[in-house]
Amino acid sequence: MIGAIAIGLAAGVVAGLLGVGGGVLFVPGLVIFMSLTQHQAEATSLLAIVPVALVGAYRQDRYGNVRRRDGLLLGLFSIAGAAGGVALANAVSGKALQVAFALFTLVVAVQLVRKSVREPQTDGRARGAARSAEGAKAGRRDKGV
Amino acid sequence: MAIGTAAGLFSGIFGVGGGSVIVPLLVLWLGYGEREATGTSLAAIVCIAGFAAAVQAGYGNVRVGDALLVGVPAVGGVLLGAWLQQRLRTRTIALLFAAVLVASAVELLVR
Repeated sequence: MIGAIAIGLAAGVVAGLLGVGGGVLFVPGLVIFMSLTQHQAEATSLLAIVPVALVGAYRQDRYGNVRRRDGLLLGLFSIAGAAGGVALANAVSGKALQVAFALFTLVVAVQLVRKSVREPQTDGRARGAARSAEGAKAGRRDKGV
Repeated sequence: MAIGTAAGLFSGIFGVGGGSVIVPLLVLWLGYGEREATGTSLAAIVCIAGFAAAVQAGYGNVRVGDALLVGVPAVGGVLLGAWLQQRLRTRTIALLFAAVLVASAVELLVR
């Protein structure tokens, strides 16, 4: 239980700082420390993400970083994808889902390393260029999924 | 928008927020700046994860107690992260996080 709380805290820190990472830590944390099945962990993670994203979005909104209309559109358009994704997840075995999730985690880790090693810490222009390159890689990867 | 649908798919399949899909695509396809992409992505994730969670609840997979167990500290973590941001290099955190991710992936694979 302590492990789960620690995971939660870490996930929040990373999510707030890097903009990604809530679910990617929640899911294995729930599986490893609370003995949930992969399906249960993913579903529970989704619920936990809502308040975290809400707080994060609220903070970012106060800095003026949220394009609200686009955010809303993204959310609306995601509905079909989300329903399909959940159905797909529930159609495969827990083990298969777990392996797929582990691979997804590795891809995220690689993305992170490449991005952070590539960009200088202070130059906003270089960061944008590096992220576009990462975006291209991510785009190709997504089409293959 | 294709980005939304793709993000929804990832969110639904893996139980994550979808940010790792949204942020790079917002930057690449719509010319967003990094901060705006992150902020807008978080706003979208509230809806995406919320909806996916509701669908999963229909399958009986959601453990509300456990969600609170990780979610409440996570909210604290977000605020802690804001405090840390002034004191730690982002690169350090990103690399540390990547290491943790690799460890967790390996753990999941050998289970």
